[in-house]
Amino acid sequence: MSLTVTPQQAPTGRSTGPIANTLTAGKLPRFAALWVLLGCLAVTTAFFVILAVASETGFNIAAAVFLGVVLYGVVIWVLSRVVEGTRKAKDRLVTALVSTAFTIALLPLISVAYTTIANGVPRFDLQFFSESMRNVVGAGGGALHAIMGTLLITGMAALISVPVGLLTAIYLVEYGRGKLKHGITFFVDVMTGIPSIVAGLFAFALFALFTGDPGIRMGFGGAVALSVLMIPVVVRSSEEMLKLVPNELREASYALGVPKWLTIVKVVLPTSIAGIITGVMIAIARVIGETAPLLIIAGFTTSMNYNLFEGRMMTLPVFVYTQYMNQGTDVQAYIDRAWAGALTLILIVALLNVIARVVSKLFSPKTGR
Amino acid sequence: MSKRIEVNDLNVYYGSFRAVEGITLEIEPRTVTAFIGPSGCGKSTFLRTLNRMHEVIPGARVEGEVLIDGNNLYGPGVDPVLVRRQVGMVFQRPNPFPTMSIKENVLAGVRLNNRKMSKSDADELVEKSLQGANLWNEVKDRLDRPGSGLSGGQQQRLCIARAIAVSPEVILMDEPCSALDPISTLAIEDLIEELKQEYTIVIVTHNMQQASRVSDKTAFFNIAGTGKPGKLIEYADTTTIFSNPTVKATEDYVSGRFG
Amino acid sequence: MTTAPAAPAIKAKQRPGDRVFSTATVVSGSLILVTLAAVAIFLVAQALPAFTAEPTAFKGDAENFWQYVGPLVFGTIWAAALALLMAVPVAIGIALFISHYAPRRLAQALGYVIDLLAAVPSVVFGLWGITVLAPAVQPFYTSLTEWFGWFPLFAGPVSGTGRTILTVAIVLAVMILPIITALSREVFLQTPVLHEEAALALGATRWEMIKLAVLPFGRPGIISASMLGLGRALGETMVVAMVLSPAAVISFAVLQSQNPTTIAANIALNFPEAHDIGVNILIATGLILFVITLAVNMLARYIVERRKEFSGAN
Repeated sequence: MSLTVTPQQAPTGRSTGPIANTLTAGKLPRFAALWVLLGCLAVTTAFFVILAVASETGFNIAAAVFLGVVLYGVVIWVLSRVVEGTRKAKDRLVTALVSTAFTIALLPLISVAYTTIANGVPRFDLQFFSESMRNVVGAGGGALHAIMGTLLITGMAALISVPVGLLTAIYLVEYGRGKLKHGITFFVDVMTGIPSIVAGLFAFALFALFTGDPGIRMGFGGAVALSVLMIPVVVRSSEEMLKLVPNELREASYALGVPKWLTIVKVVLPTSIAGIITGVMIAIARVIGETAPLLIIAGFTTSMNYNLFEGRMMTLPVFVYTQYMNQGTDVQAYIDRAWAGALTLILIVALLNVIARVVSKLFSPKTGR
Repeated sequence: MSKRIEVNDLNVYYGSFRAVEGITLEIEPRTVTAFIGPSGCGKSTFLRTLNRMHEVIPGARVEGEVLIDGNNLYGPGVDPVLVRRQVGMVFQRPNPFPTMSIKENVLAGVRLNNRKMSKSDADELVEKSLQGANLWNEVKDRLDRPGSGLSGGQQQRLCIARAIAVSPEVILMDEPCSALDPISTLAIEDLIEELKQEYTIVIVTHNMQQASRVSDKTAFFNIAGTGKPGKLIEYADTTTIFSNPTVKATEDYVSGRFG
Repeated sequence: MTTAPAAPAIKAKQRPGDRVFSTATVVSGSLILVTLAAVAIFLVAQALPAFTAEPTAFKGDAENFWQYVGPLVFGTIWAAALALLMAVPVAIGIALFISHYAPRRLAQALGYVIDLLAAVPSVVFGLWGITVLAPAVQPFYTSLTEWFGWFPLFAGPVSGTGRTILTVAIVLAVMILPIITALSREVFLQTPVLHEEAALALGATRWEMIKLAVLPFGRPGIISASMLGLGRALGETMVVAMVLSPAAVISFAVLQSQNPTTIAANIALNFPEAHDIGVNILIATGLILFVITLAVNMLARYIVERRKEFSGAN
């Protein structure tokens, strides 16, 4: 099968091929698309390798892949237009474009993962997890204070958000009706869209007014700011999960004479607990990487601080930010610490996501699968 | 404008499951052929293989031949897009495109191939197709209104108009009246009678009165049990099937003893 | 069964457990309303002094609050709009790829891969933008200004570091990609099979089927997904704060070293050192940002709501 077996035909034209089948149209061989793609990638790779050798710069793999895919789109369109006609050519072009879109999204993902690991590993050591930055100038030091702060503040935020969010979800699904329900649903949606920095400003404004300290910084304020961001996520996911509990279960419980609140606690919640925990984990994963609100209200420091209600408290995202933005004389040491912090952060987020998935697998109602 | 369909030893599979087994039949041009049989006997699946619409269902594949005027639908290099232009289809539930007007719906298929159609040609085609579907008088004043605003029966006739606008050779109808009220059903049945002058029509129906009213020939499909493939039991003139069938199962089915 | 022998009007016994529990849920629900109101009230309270502040209180040349916030509002919207412009076509492409092109068994896994992008903390994106992306695109920017410098957007002089608003917009686009993709994908998957089959039965190719059935059906979904993405891009702080080299200008040129910054980034950069009236001014800009994102999000929700009546799928 070569690419030029069938000459161009009008879509409804009569075939001149050996079998007089009016339903056949010019068609590229089955794996033509794949071969053309590989060919294009080979061409651009060769081009960039030559370029890299000639100009003694690094081999730009992202550009090679990207231009290879673009070249593929052009080549397949021309080929298909010649052999298969305009409509098919357009269809092939869109297929190429859509696949390109997907590769475009993969490039930054791979690049972010690769650079974070490559740059994070040098300082991803024991010292990083056992020391703070107190009295450290230049190399050395660690992020223990920041990790501690992140755990405390996020933990506190979860402690506030989970009961409020879960109870609100229960209200919306089990009790709510009328205007209040509509209002809450609507404003939960609105709350989802609050920019994180505005949440930070809110917490600052709140505590500045209450304490009378115009330069207030404290960990608890960070927890409040994160709660503002976390509550709507918890409400949304718990609400979805509670809605999945079939009404038959509730009615069966009522028919046994169990009061409503016990029905909810003993029947509805246990049935949906896996989904709710998964949702909470994902919500925590979302806020644990927040930087802006903590920069505003929790501030930054180089020392350990275990007290949420007193003084500045470092967190991991802010640690990454300040290490990068306020580089000292030994620039590399700061940059290395920033990347190590970024790697830690990504690992924590990944871990939370994995836990969420495991929980949903382990605790989902046994009858399900 | 109509063609002869010839099916030779056709098997349809869903993955490894054989849904339809060993069908051989011939459909003459300008006739109405009805497929009847109990639910799940594979008649709709088989109908879809006549214009390769079964390929929409993941895992479905076909062995055997379907010849339309001697051209095998499953021959090498056959383009399903061309097949579907020659073999149109009307579905169980009316499905006009909701975001398009009545006129745009009729022209939807034609516009795919012939972008630069003059306005007068387009208007002419719309009128001709809607006339052909007995819908023109009801909608001629509101061609620019959305198609989804029509009644169910009108929507189904709009879908028929959309199918005949691309001037196919064959029209397949998959239980076209099952979602309609009796009056709309009657309108569609009258329309089928008229369309027969120009097109080869194959219709799947659950309604045996309908089959006996509109069709020239009838094919009865059956399955031996769940998990078994559907088979063509008997294929003959409609009058024969309904008055004097040769197979016991056919007689039981048309007389209402099972199914 | 129906007539109880005792009292004719049976009043359900109010169990203490029930009452406590239902009250708790109502209080929690109302707490959300109170919180949102508190956000608005406290921000307004702390922002008020800014509107009457002395000209000397503002950084730069601004003489009053509106002159100060003007370039910031411009930068915020400009950066988010650029990001949206890049993200939406790609996101629609990815969503179509997952919903209608990829093998069905792979679809869920591919969707998960895209969701991974949403899990990367913004500060990491900031680091990546400044260390990897900015140097990588800088040579490309140089050629853009050389060849297309006559076009106002690409006017020179080119930034030597690549830390321009276009780079920021690229990173923002990557960040909002998963949001827009996830929502559009859901909508595309909901396209009635009936309409897809109608298109195919007319002899449509896959792309023509998408154009006839999937995109018209999904349009409101795409719009609201884009609005939500826009809301996210408007409020994103760290990427802009880290990558951009800011200036208080209003300029459409996307490749120069003088870039309008955004409200959020301006707050993040200046808040740690701000004091007295400076704090109030920054909070006031935050209030403006709050109002902008609120408007965008409400619009998105409104379109989603309207969609329910709009879908013609009987």
